[in-house]
Amino acid sequence: MLHIINKSPLSNSSLESCLRVAVSGDILLTEDAVYAATSGNAFEAKLREAMGRFKVYVLQPDLDARGLGDRLMAGVTSVDHGGFVDLTISNNSCQSWL
Amino acid sequence: MKFGIVVNEGPYQHQASDSAYLFAKAAIAKGHEVWRVFFYHDGVNNASKLTAPPQDDRHIVNRWTKLAEEHKVDLVVCVAAALRRGIQEENLAAGFRISGLGQLVEAGTQCDRLITFGD
Amino acid sequence: MSDATVKKFMFVNRKAPYGTIYALESLEVVLITAAFDQDVSLVFLDDGVYQLKKGQQTKGIEIKNFSPTYRALEGYDVEKLYVERESLEARGLTEEDLLVDVVVLGRAEMGALMDEQDVVLSF
Repeated sequence: MLHIINKSPLSNSSLESCLRVAVSGDILLTEDAVYAATSGNAFEAKLREAMGRFKVYVLQPDLDARGLGDRLMAGVTSVDHGGFVDLTISNNSCQSWL
Repeated sequence: MKFGIVVNEGPYQHQASDSAYLFAKAAIAKGHEVWRVFFYHDGVNNASKLTAPPQDDRHIVNRWTKLAEEHKVDLVVCVAAALRRGIQEENLAAGFRISGLGQLVEAGTQCDRLITFGD
Repeated sequence: MSDATVKKFMFVNRKAPYGTIYALESLEVVLITAAFDQDVSLVFLDDGVYQLKKGQQTKGIEIKNFSPTYRALEGYDVEKLYVERESLEARGLTEEDLLVDVVVLGRAEMGALMDEQDVVLSF
């Protein structure tokens, strides 16, 4: 399953909830969730720890828009909107953690 | 692949409608079909033809209308959510239609994937 | 409906009632989905568990109390209601605080159940 997160983990619990409940699959960080994938943020260790169970992607246009295009933490794969589409296809289902 | 998209937030206030639009455009560019976009909750406000953003900003409503015209995307506004928020036939933008929640269920059953954009 | 396709629909409720309209409008989708004879599951996670709290009195805020609708779900053949144990505990609630019968699942069981679904709608 593709888990789509769009909130900053520093102000909202949706990413934390996803990591607590979801078993495995892919995680795509979009909109304000891209802050989770930047080096030095307070959630970085938790996201890194989750990488054993999940493959983590970030929507690069959202990262660029927020001025953090050069701060992507290691191990996170960047995709564009076409890559987002591909992820919804390579996974059998998807869930937006709103 | 046949895609259904759900938009749960209004234009300009949240990025949801922008993200949904860019996803739809990317899917179409890859040769997929965007069968239906269902507007729910405050998402129904994406269908107001009274929307008038500043000239230098994107026109979110017209962008959906154009997508519908060029790629036969079915833009459906939930009737119950729309009536609550003052969206009716008389202020409905071109390319949108008002219908029931059954259209959302149908998008779920008919499409290979249903992707939600919201807050 | 144009054909008889039956899919597994899961509705994930993670938001508390009244502060926003999501819980109420989610319930409307659930009822319609059941009316279309789909396989419906409802999940309550995080603040979504507050939707099921007994004793909601909304007179003072002049918003309709829609919590009785959860008890009516059974009449629409919506019988799969799941609550995550960790979410309940984190809010000082137990099953006795809830206005309907639910199945309480641990987080891993909940995650596995999500993986089985065809369509997941989160509100």
